[in-house]
Amino acid sequence: MSCYETLMDYGLRSIGIGERLLPRGDFTLCQQVVLIGSGMIWNIYFGALSLVTGFFLATALALAKAGRNPWLSKPANAFIFVFRGSPLFIQFFFAYFLFLSLKQSYPFFTPLTSATWGALLVLFLNTAAYSAEIFHGALLSVPKGDIEAAEAYGFSPRTRFRRIVWPTMLRLAWPAYTNEAIFLFHATTLVFFSGFPATAQKGDALYYANYFADKTFNPFIPYPILAGYFILLTLVVIGLFGAVNRHLNRHLPTAPQRRRAGMSPGFLR
Amino acid sequence: MFASCADPTTLHGLGWLVCYLTTAKHLSFYASFGTVLLLLAITAPTALAMGFAGAVAARSRIAPLSWLGRGYIALVRGVPDIAFFLFFVIALDQGIEYLRHLWFCPDWSEPIRQGSDFRVCPPAKAPLGNAPQWVHEIYGFALAVFTFAIVFGAFAANVLFGAMRAVPRAQMETAEAYGMTPRQSFRRILVPQMWVYALPGLSNLWMVLIKATPLLFLLGVEDIVYWARELGGTKTPQFTEYPHGDWRMWYFLFLLVFYLAFTRVSEIVLERVMARLTKGQATLGGEAQRKAAA
Repeated sequence: MSCYETLMDYGLRSIGIGERLLPRGDFTLCQQVVLIGSGMIWNIYFGALSLVTGFFLATALALAKAGRNPWLSKPANAFIFVFRGSPLFIQFFFAYFLFLSLKQSYPFFTPLTSATWGALLVLFLNTAAYSAEIFHGALLSVPKGDIEAAEAYGFSPRTRFRRIVWPTMLRLAWPAYTNEAIFLFHATTLVFFSGFPATAQKGDALYYANYFADKTFNPFIPYPILAGYFILLTLVVIGLFGAVNRHLNRHLPTAPQRRRAGMSPGFLR
Repeated sequence: MFASCADPTTLHGLGWLVCYLTTAKHLSFYASFGTVLLLLAITAPTALAMGFAGAVAARSRIAPLSWLGRGYIALVRGVPDIAFFLFFVIALDQGIEYLRHLWFCPDWSEPIRQGSDFRVCPPAKAPLGNAPQWVHEIYGFALAVFTFAIVFGAFAANVLFGAMRAVPRAQMETAEAYGMTPRQSFRRILVPQMWVYALPGLSNLWMVLIKATPLLFLLGVEDIVYWARELGGTKTPQFTEYPHGDWRMWYFLFLLVFYLAFTRVSEIVLERVMARLTKGQATLGGEAQRKAAA
């Protein structure tokens, strides 16, 4: 079987298109590269969607946390504490079993017992909490002078936020937020190892790497392939976020570029 | 455990719960919290030592050593940690068996990889095929600890590398001016001063390490996640004296609360340590402390 045929058969296997059965024996390198690559679709799906949706919740949470209204700041604090203080792995397990028992009485929850929606929901809440903490820190470092200047210009509170506070907050938070994005993509590999079932063997990259390692009992091929894919993904994320960073900082005269995927490992789960 | 628990069918309410929560399996569950703490107690210093070695290697003036250090840091940070866990547990096991194979059976002629089998000669098995169960458990746990140390060593190396660079240059120049050798100035000036710069990163890392402990489950150790799944699953009257429905949700809620409490306590302790270390330092934090006292 040529490598092209393998690509046709297994290229979209992780989303259920193509050959139904996974390769059983005599694994070729091509099969491993294709199938693990196919699994990356899930990692990108989980990472990208939760990042985009989480961004909005994170902004709202950061504002609530920084605000003076205790009815908003207390719940925001509690939310951030719960999701940042416990392991994502346990959150996945708990959420899965919670949805499973909710399903018994309310069929409404049935989709949430699948990885597609349930794990996405957990990742969304989780990344929102981590990002909110980053944004909150950045919000507190917005220079006072900027806000005073905006007031002097007669900006309404709404415009002030949209034109001054929010862009500055993003600019300050961006290096740390890049880190969070990288580790979020890494965290997506946990999904299929934490209760959420991989229906019909539709799993992510690590699921297939693990499959091959189990079958061939040789970890030295599938895991380096997986590592290659993830390093590639990390580089893409750094590239995209770097472009946004340049856009956010475009008004600054050759601002000293902080090292992006910087020094702190703080956002790993 | 209690005499009143002899016949569970007669129990109900609180009495049933007390007996249920003290069955032999539940005692194993509680003991597995000890496994987690033991893992942390061994891994944290080991990872710190590996991190120190990695940071020193990355700073080295000898190019290959520096590449090795930087490569180690970059590689572990660029790949999901859980992939490393799954990889190292098999890779280390096979590596150890392979080395033992070379040592014990030098004239073994068959290839080691036969299709999807990894075959070493019987005396090279680690642990030996006839070893008692506890040896297998200890071996598995040791592999897990080592894997954790490798992964978290890279993160610690990253933090320490940054901290070493953060020590003011003037301090090192003064040491040189006093005629200290590079080795002396490293030991007497750089290492004692780097901790205050490393602590924020290291405390972060400690939190991350705590939150990584449930991954022990994936390494085949009977840890809290294993027992929570085991005990929480639906139990029918045929197989147990304490039948119940699917309680896994509650067991994992308990684990969630356990971790929240653990990270919260760590946070408070680390804040105190930081306050202690900042005392008298020429940093913003130290200055703020001095002003508050005055």
